[in-house]
Amino acid sequence: MAEQTVLQKLEILADAAKYDASCASSGTAKKNSLGGKGIGSTEGMGICHAYAPDGRCISLLKILLTNHCVFDCHYCVNRKSSNVARARFTPQEVVDLTLAFYRRNYIEGLFLSSGIVKSSNHTMEQIVEVARILREEHDFRGYIHLKTIPEADPEIVHQAGLYADRVSINVELPTDSGLTRLAPDKDARQIEGAMGKVKADLVEAKDARKRFKHAPRFAPAGQSTQMIVGADAATDADIVGKASRLYDNFRLRRVYYSAFSPIPDASAVLPLKRPPLIREHRLYQSDWLMRFYGYKPSDVMQATEADGNLPLDIDPKLAWALKFREAFPVDVNRASKEQLLRVPGLGVKAVGKILASRRHRNLRLDDVALLTQSITKVRPFICAVDWRPITLTDRADLRSLLAPKSEQLELFAA
Amino acid sequence: MTALQHVKLGTYYVVHLPEADDFDFWRERARSLVQCDVPPDRIAWVEPGGSGDLFAHGERRMPVPPMDAKPVRANRRFVSLARNAILHSDPERFALLYRLLWRLQSNPRMMEDKADLDVRRVEELDKNVRRDSHKMHAFVRFRLVEIEDEEVGEHYVAWFEPEHHILRANAGFFMRRFSNMRWSILTPRGSLHWDTETMSEGPPAERHDAPGGDPMEDLWRSYYASIFNPARLKIGAMLKEMPKKYWKNMPEAALIPDLIAGAQGREAKMVEKGALEFEERPDTLAAIDKAIHACRKCPIGQLDNHAVMGEGPQDAALMIVGEQPGDQEDQMGRPFVGPAGQLLDAHLEKVGIDRRAAYVTNAVKHFKYVQRGKRRLHQNPGAKEIDTCRWWIESERAIVKPKLVLAMGASAARGLLGKTVSISKVRGAPIPLEDGSELWVTAHPSYLLRLDGSAREEQARLFDADLAAVRERLEELA
Repeated sequence: MAEQTVLQKLEILADAAKYDASCASSGTAKKNSLGGKGIGSTEGMGICHAYAPDGRCISLLKILLTNHCVFDCHYCVNRKSSNVARARFTPQEVVDLTLAFYRRNYIEGLFLSSGIVKSSNHTMEQIVEVARILREEHDFRGYIHLKTIPEADPEIVHQAGLYADRVSINVELPTDSGLTRLAPDKDARQIEGAMGKVKADLVEAKDARKRFKHAPRFAPAGQSTQMIVGADAATDADIVGKASRLYDNFRLRRVYYSAFSPIPDASAVLPLKRPPLIREHRLYQSDWLMRFYGYKPSDVMQATEADGNLPLDIDPKLAWALKFREAFPVDVNRASKEQLLRVPGLGVKAVGKILASRRHRNLRLDDVALLTQSITKVRPFICAVDWRPITLTDRADLRSLLAPKSEQLELFAA
Repeated sequence: MTALQHVKLGTYYVVHLPEADDFDFWRERARSLVQCDVPPDRIAWVEPGGSGDLFAHGERRMPVPPMDAKPVRANRRFVSLARNAILHSDPERFALLYRLLWRLQSNPRMMEDKADLDVRRVEELDKNVRRDSHKMHAFVRFRLVEIEDEEVGEHYVAWFEPEHHILRANAGFFMRRFSNMRWSILTPRGSLHWDTETMSEGPPAERHDAPGGDPMEDLWRSYYASIFNPARLKIGAMLKEMPKKYWKNMPEAALIPDLIAGAQGREAKMVEKGALEFEERPDTLAAIDKAIHACRKCPIGQLDNHAVMGEGPQDAALMIVGEQPGDQEDQMGRPFVGPAGQLLDAHLEKVGIDRRAAYVTNAVKHFKYVQRGKRRLHQNPGAKEIDTCRWWIESERAIVKPKLVLAMGASAARGLLGKTVSISKVRGAPIPLEDGSELWVTAHPSYLLRLDGSAREEQARLFDADLAAVRERLEELA
């Protein structure tokens, strides 16, 4: 077989990496290239350098080192028994590509993952080698996200954290039984054990920096994980529960959800209809509610329907409000911040503006309208000086009044 | 009213700003005018290139604030907003900021009143400018210009068209990021040049001043096309964050129309290639029987053969799973009737398992073979073929609900577990399955058929031992 060109390898190994949802480049330590020998900076806010027609941001060069893999996970396009084209980059090729793209301002940095070749340790060493060359030989100060392999030696994973801004380990599936069935070579306890180790390293490095100014940083953007939605029978309640346990136990920055999507040469153990993309969106909304709106996992679970899934036609916040109508209406001139955050249609920013403005005036409905995106959605749940929703919150058809008009949710529905 | 001594009543002041983004100049003038008590509607602010002629009769000399003028008050929030909002291209921005500053003197906490129209407007300007800056950080695309002179090395040049006066304000961002790289950013409002040590400003530029391409763009475009997932088209989300106005200076954007047009076709092809579209699970054995005869989801199903359905009681406690039908099974349409089946029957009888009480089936439903003259030679199914057929064995399990599944051979074990295991390592002990039943694994009887002498005796002994363990376990479970 003729030697593959870099272009051919890039096509194969970027294509193979696109099922990883995360492309975040935010929340890491501030650094820049002044006084250094190379290039690169991270200033807190992530930057999306382009958007693909799938609506996803392209912030990092997201590729696999290789898509050869000795594992056989059924949802994965790169599994051993899959019949896809294979390719393999050398660490130096990845380094050259990253720097060439970075110099032209195409990317914020690198997100490197890999199929397992030879052994977990060998693969992890190769991943770390890419980061080492970038950081040590080129003094690269851009963003690096390394996917770590739970089966690898913790010492190598620790190395990864010293070079990277973020490390991640995928839990892959929300339930252990799903993992056993669809990722037979993986082990839930091993994955969580590895996450626990990374958490311990994070805590230790943070602690050391408090005492010694020049203690090495360890993954300043923390660790994250990803779960595949819709590949097994887990309900949204299961998923939310799992995510919140992960947040608590491993201090994760983010749990990403990836709606299972058809992959080329799919395994037949996944004889599923594609879950609607909106399901992934609803899970992200519930994630937001827990992270920024003070909802507890149990609150989100209360918003699910009888089958344990969040409604698809309305967002989880509205779903919760419709179930707990006795909590409304909320008086915008008197209610606490926590109460206001529960009002459907009021975001964190709008609540902040209401709290600031009401010190200066008694808010009327028109004032609230100026501070929010859509007053129609908010109106049934609030009181203002000149507004009281007398019947709305008791109406049985409130849901249909507020639900967005039925749109074509699935783009390619037959 | 001391201030009035310094201000001619009814005078209309005209302030010409030296630069469109000169916040410090504006602040200086605004401070004096507030101290002299000049109301907002008596001032015209004119930026370079603005229509100053309308105010030809205005007073250009600034009034001098009285010695005892009160200091001008402005909180930090106002200053940070104003510093950014002044970069906006709206010609009204100077007047708006002055009006706010004027009103702040009597109402120092006004900036908190988010429902105030002036406050809302300045926040809107600030937001637009921040967005424009952010998009500049994101969408500037450098192109490499090779320079003959070895000393100078590489030079990266970008052409960008910002909406607001943000170029100078963002010089620092690019300097901090690309501090060891020679670069220039050219825009219609001016240009920036960095030589790894000092920043210099240049005059407005035109598109053709910048290079027309860069060989690296082919790689970037191919990355852009490959990372896009055609199964999840969300054009609106893309347009919201990357409006069309930016596309003309982004090399990858030229691909977008074709990617969108091809997406549906690509997804359909992926699904077809993956044979992913199984129907609903059949809920009777008869329905499975019918469906497997029509199954062409893997290459084995496309050979000249017949599907062979499992047989046995629908409520059997034991399910015995083999690899696939052989030549005779294929012809007779029943599992385990050939030489391996006869051997199996003999061993079952020996340890006391009644085959008629068990549900007997195969991991793969069709016979895989290669034609050699008139003979059809058995071929092992591939991992993918076994995985494809797993759908059917799972459907059978869902209906029969056996308490114990006996998988004979590595293929059968894979059909149940989804992974390839070593028989010698897993035989002799139960493996729990997710529905609560348990799996036992042993060798396939055809393996015994291929052995001779003492090896065969040894394997037959192990096979009997496995079967005997299964029988005992079944009695425990009963």
